[in-house]
Amino acid sequence: MRKKVAMLGVLLALALIFSYIESLVPFYFGVPGMKLGLTNVVILLCLYLFGWKEALLISVMRVLLAGFMFGNAFSIAYSMAGGLLSLLVMYLLHRFSKLAIFSVSVAGGVSHNLGQILLACWLVQNYNVMYYFPLLVIAGVITGLLIGLLSSEVYVRIRNLYKEETR
Amino acid sequence: MEQVKKRDVIFISCLLAVGLLSLIGWKLTHKGSGQVEITVADQVYGQYSLEQDQEVSIKNMDGDVTNVLVIRKGKAFMDEADCPDHLCEKQGKIFHNGETIVCLPNKVVVSVVNGSQSQYDSVTQ
Repeated sequence: MRKKVAMLGVLLALALIFSYIESLVPFYFGVPGMKLGLTNVVILLCLYLFGWKEALLISVMRVLLAGFMFGNAFSIAYSMAGGLLSLLVMYLLHRFSKLAIFSVSVAGGVSHNLGQILLACWLVQNYNVMYYFPLLVIAGVITGLLIGLLSSEVYVRIRNLYKEETR
Repeated sequence: MEQVKKRDVIFISCLLAVGLLSLIGWKLTHKGSGQVEITVADQVYGQYSLEQDQEVSIKNMDGDVTNVLVIRKGKAFMDEADCPDHLCEKQGKIFHNGETIVCLPNKVVVSVVNGSQSQYDSVTQ
């Protein structure tokens, strides 16, 4: 239990550092608001190592903390919408499908963008915002693949380490 | 590294296909969407779709044709003007949201009012 709390703390800190890096280095892909989504590595690992409750905790905490530190009220709302939807999708795929971790990551990347765009539609009350949708899907697939490969590599190594520690 | 399975490849290709197809679909359906609004002496003269190729003769209050606006391939430009300087003809083709052609002597203003692009005040990341 103590180890788990410490591990979650480390993961949250890591997620915040990734948020910080992303706020410093804009990975600009030609679409406003688009990011690499490094934090998703942490969320994915958390989902695979612990479960959805822990992943949800890390996700919400990091959105709030990163929002207060580097963003504003709007960026919190958008991150939250994207984060929650992508976590839901990733959890369902992880739990009920046999897809590999990078497929889950791709789905997470796409649904993160989708969550943000849906919130944008609702806030702006203008459904033409959806014209970003195709670009964001493609962008989500690409970033999701990169993040998925990274997560996959890290997970294979961390999984054993973590299991040894808890034994 | 987990083994790449067939279902993963299929899953990701499907997502990519959805993205590409909707991109192509959007490009096809939204070609040159939007309208131009013409005002003469601050009175709205009419709105014309950019999607249709057409010629609009703009008349002044006395009913004389002062300017001719041509819409071709989703772009609008002033083709003729009876004023001496012909400045409005030199203002080029407009199709982006908010672009205007102004003919001062005849008090004609042509501007693009585009429904397909929302105007952002700011972008949050």
